[in-house]
Amino acid sequence: MKKAAMVKKKTRFKSLPLLLIALPGIVYLIINNYMPMFGIFLAFKDYSLMKGIFGSEWCGFENFEFLFKTKDAWIMTRNTLLYNLAFIIIGTIVAIAIAIMMCELGKKKRVKFFQAALLLPNLLSWVVIGFVAYAFLNADTGFINKTILAGMGVDPVSWYSYTGAWPVILVIVNLWKNMGYQSIVYMASISGIDKSIYEAAAIDGATKMKQIFYVTLPMLKPTVITLTLMSIGRIFYSDFGLFYQVPQNAGALFSVTQTIDTYVYRGLMELNDVGMSAAAGLYQSLVGFILVLIANGIVRKIDSDNALF
Amino acid sequence: MTESKSFNRVSTVVLTLLVILAMLPIILIVIASFSGEDALIRDGYTYFPAEWSLDSYYYMVKQGVMILRAYGVSFFVTFFGTALSVLLTTMLAYPMARKSFRGRNVLAFFVFFTMLFNGGIVPSYIMWTQIFGIKDTIWALIIPNYLVTAFNVILVKNYYQNSVPDSLIEAAQLDGASELKIFFRVMLPLSKPTVATIGLFTGITYWNDWTNGLYYINNEKLYSIQQLLMKIMDNIQALRSNSTASLLGTGAVDLPGTSIRMAMAVIGILPILFIYPFVQKYLIKGVVVGAVKG
Repeated sequence: MKKAAMVKKKTRFKSLPLLLIALPGIVYLIINNYMPMFGIFLAFKDYSLMKGIFGSEWCGFENFEFLFKTKDAWIMTRNTLLYNLAFIIIGTIVAIAIAIMMCELGKKKRVKFFQAALLLPNLLSWVVIGFVAYAFLNADTGFINKTILAGMGVDPVSWYSYTGAWPVILVIVNLWKNMGYQSIVYMASISGIDKSIYEAAAIDGATKMKQIFYVTLPMLKPTVITLTLMSIGRIFYSDFGLFYQVPQNAGALFSVTQTIDTYVYRGLMELNDVGMSAAAGLYQSLVGFILVLIANGIVRKIDSDNALF
Repeated sequence: MTESKSFNRVSTVVLTLLVILAMLPIILIVIASFSGEDALIRDGYTYFPAEWSLDSYYYMVKQGVMILRAYGVSFFVTFFGTALSVLLTTMLAYPMARKSFRGRNVLAFFVFFTMLFNGGIVPSYIMWTQIFGIKDTIWALIIPNYLVTAFNVILVKNYYQNSVPDSLIEAAQLDGASELKIFFRVMLPLSKPTVATIGLFTGITYWNDWTNGLYYINNEKLYSIQQLLMKIMDNIQALRSNSTASLLGTGAVDLPGTSIRMAMAVIGILPILFIYPFVQKYLIKGVVVGAVKG
């Protein structure tokens, strides 16, 4: 009895030093993450630099009214959703195909090399990838115009103003950057499948293709569903670098490259329209928040181990 | 999966082709950086330049003050930012992993909630610039966004929980070690694998970051290598859309030649290419760990 009481007292006493160790991190999160959350009221203000954050006039939902009256709101929402959808579908299929082939090769040395090579683009900055894209796409010295199109006798194309090409270009660039990363995730999942299932299937005379379609893919289903739902939870967020650096901020392309993230950036830094930009940001945060909650709710129902919370 | 010779062969061929395709874009900028300027302007960026040349690199060595400075900024930010980030992250994760810590659930939720909701870039931009006056200071490249992320904290916390036995901490306590001492002498050394993983990913994040520079840095003396590259590309685009030679000298950064641009991009990825063979094993492991339970 006495000992238990002592232990309890000790625990309470012990918590203070631990709290102090965590404190710097806590303070950082309060400043970096929580304070901006309270700053969302800016979306309801007619912000002016002269009057400051607190001095600026309230304007109710005016910023949102203006935002949703423009074509911009529709364009950026459509682009964000459609690109993400394309990335999710194409990215998942390619990553699984790569993962299946990699796992097929077993523990051979070349697998490590393939993995490393495919992961490398993931480690390049978007600025550098912008340079890489420029080496291919620029009108005067680009590889596509000067070598491929010239070789076929086709006239050069001004890629940075040709909107029709960009949905394809952005999907390819995104795939190039992320397929290695995603395939590693799926490889981990495939290597967790019980080998005896394949042996049993092989004894029953299942061909390789049949094993893939009737063993590997069904076994991967929970992982695919979970990862896809998590991506859907993030579908209102776009990769700022992809949509800002790769199209080189080209105004002629905004109709196909503007996403919510690039709009918020341009509103804030280029147009100095803080209210509108804050409204678009809040729109993203709120819808994003709801989508994460829904996605997580579904994951928890299907596969509670993989739910975020 | 059971062995199948033909499927095995097809896999090798397809993956080899894919790897070649994935490497080609990087190879193009490397070759372009070693191409002669005249041939480049005539034939464009190509895999088989009519003439090879080291001029771009000579030029950079000669005119290299700006590049060298940007390199210095990038290296400082990467090392200092990563060290600080690892320290703060592990310090925050450790109490969360301790069962005896009261309020660990509250703390876990406090950390986790930052993954679900955020205030967006506008409030944080105004806060950092107007309240903390971070604009055009080196801190702008280190502090916003990357120092402590919920993802990393949870990764380290899980490692502490799953891989460090409670008895070890109890033993240290019996020896009279303070919590701070336990953290630095016992926990930190034991968490080397995770620290290596988050340190690597954080380091790459800092090296590759250009958004903090985009928002907070106007002073060219504080340009990181990524921001310098970005400014060069801006000037190329400005020149293209206005097509007046007068623009040439007006930007903060002079417009370099066709080949030099690519040489600079190569310089920007050089440190990553250099360390990659040594660290790829840990990176691949890190991807798996992060994906399994993020």
